[in-house]
Amino acid sequence: MSLTPLRIGFLPLVDAALPILAREFGFAEAEGLDLRLVRDMSWATVGDRLLYGHSDAAHLIAPLAIATTLGLGRPATALSVPFVLGLNGNAITLRPDLAARVTTPGLPGDVTAIGRRLADLARAAPKLRFGVVHRFSSHDYMLRYWLLGSGIDPTREVDIVTVSPPFAADALASGEVDGICVGEPWNSVAVDRGVGVIVAVTSQIWRRGVEKVLAMRSDRLAAEPDMVARLIRALYRAGVAFVDPGQRDMIAAILARGEYLDGSADLIARAISDRIRFARGAEPIHVPDFMFQHREAANFPWVSQAAWLYAQMSLAGHLTPDPATYAAAQRVFRPDIYRAALRPLGVPLPGANSKLEGGITRPLAVGTALGRLILGPDAFFDARSFDPDRLDDYLGGFVTG
Amino acid sequence: MRIAVVDESAARAAIIDEGLREAGLGDIRVFADRHGLAGRIEAFAPDVILISLANPHRDELEESFALSRAMARPVAMFVDQSDVAGIEASVDAGVSAYVVDGLRRERIRPILELAIRRFRAFSRLRAELDEARSALAERNTLDAAKHLLMTRRGIDEPAAYAALRKAAMDSGRRIADVADAIVTADRLMGTL
Repeated sequence: MSLTPLRIGFLPLVDAALPILAREFGFAEAEGLDLRLVRDMSWATVGDRLLYGHSDAAHLIAPLAIATTLGLGRPATALSVPFVLGLNGNAITLRPDLAARVTTPGLPGDVTAIGRRLADLARAAPKLRFGVVHRFSSHDYMLRYWLLGSGIDPTREVDIVTVSPPFAADALASGEVDGICVGEPWNSVAVDRGVGVIVAVTSQIWRRGVEKVLAMRSDRLAAEPDMVARLIRALYRAGVAFVDPGQRDMIAAILARGEYLDGSADLIARAISDRIRFARGAEPIHVPDFMFQHREAANFPWVSQAAWLYAQMSLAGHLTPDPATYAAAQRVFRPDIYRAALRPLGVPLPGANSKLEGGITRPLAVGTALGRLILGPDAFFDARSFDPDRLDDYLGGFVTG
Repeated sequence: MRIAVVDESAARAAIIDEGLREAGLGDIRVFADRHGLAGRIEAFAPDVILISLANPHRDELEESFALSRAMARPVAMFVDQSDVAGIEASVDAGVSAYVVDGLRRERIRPILELAIRRFRAFSRLRAELDEARSALAERNTLDAAKHLLMTRRGIDEPAAYAALRKAAMDSGRRIADVADAIVTADRLMGTL
């Protein structure tokens, strides 16, 4: 059987795992796909390749898929997200001296209390400066959400700048920034160099925060439904393999290879087993759900997650909300495509497209088309919840000065 | 016209710089060091910024351009968004351009075309170098495979080479691939 070539753009980050494993474990080949991974060093380039036909799909920060569709920053091109590549997996790392004033270095703390202490520091001159990986990144919005919920106006009271993840540790070391919000292994790199202390992981801010997605041009997605379905099945099987503890060392070794992350297998193994070293010299600590790549239908593109991101983009002043763009942003996430692709596998598929985000406090069985699906707690640190049908009420609930 | 060339590869930056100068295309400055990049570029106030797609600082630069756009120094990307063929040629060659808004397309086109040609030339050079390197690697693998056959089977070098060639012909593969399989198998199996 001849294989259909399919190129996926990615950045060397731990959460590029599923496309990499879909290739390495042969799941793509079993679906008749010759998956080729195209590594780049910036989201701008991953995006350009996707837009101009140099890749067929991309590992992308979820908000960038929405921003591209809405034409923020460059001309609009409709993208679609039929599969979520993972939830969370990011952390907020501060300069060690600053960290010592807001947390007990080396230990996970209460992010509400840490946020309040940080708010006191933020009001004292000089202005704190944070580095995030991209303006339209989950990192940016998760950091802003935490700051805002801690009483810090992220737009006026701090500076948020863009720092490329491989240089985030350098930026901390040189004093260019006071803190970073980046994905793994880059926080751990800063910790191991002694230039940063992790004060919070994003799963403490939102237990089920949407992170990277599989994005495609909407016209490609519509033109090749069969290829898309095969890719989704291969990625789903990669997700099953990813959460198998018996495979962790092998997975870390694969991801560490020169053509993928080109990094330390040891650091990668820590991230994928949810063990985080908060400060240099401290023991790694197990943080439940630090990276959430597959369980509980984590790969399902909930329309309400796209809606939540739109709300954050609005709070950040990155867009002015209106019904048309809100609807367009929600249409980026395609649960229908996910379901159609996975139905033949007989796996549990959520029956709804949207849910109340942050509304689950104890494990909850949800309606499915097939099988049994239990969703775990998905709380936000400030106990707020997000109802996608009541955007105005939600936005009105924030005081942004 | 002021042109900034941002490139982490000093060799490639030199090739582009030289091309632009030969064509008399203006005031050119190469930026190689990341430190304070956005600020230094802003101070230079270029009309066109050429940057490799492989540059890890594109996101940082785009962010600073977005901010400077707010400060009335607008920047558009990829020359002219309606020029699809031009954009594709750029992406293909691995170069992107940021251009001050309002600069006329006729003025940009020769710069971008030249950058594309120079990027391609550089890629060709590198491909040739990679090819030479992989030829050398294949040579080493072939020697290792011959050595394995000679010691395991107690044959001399011509016989070992003949065995490899026959195996390649019989299986319709390249000798280098057969040699690679032998060396890999030896690594996996150890001294069975």
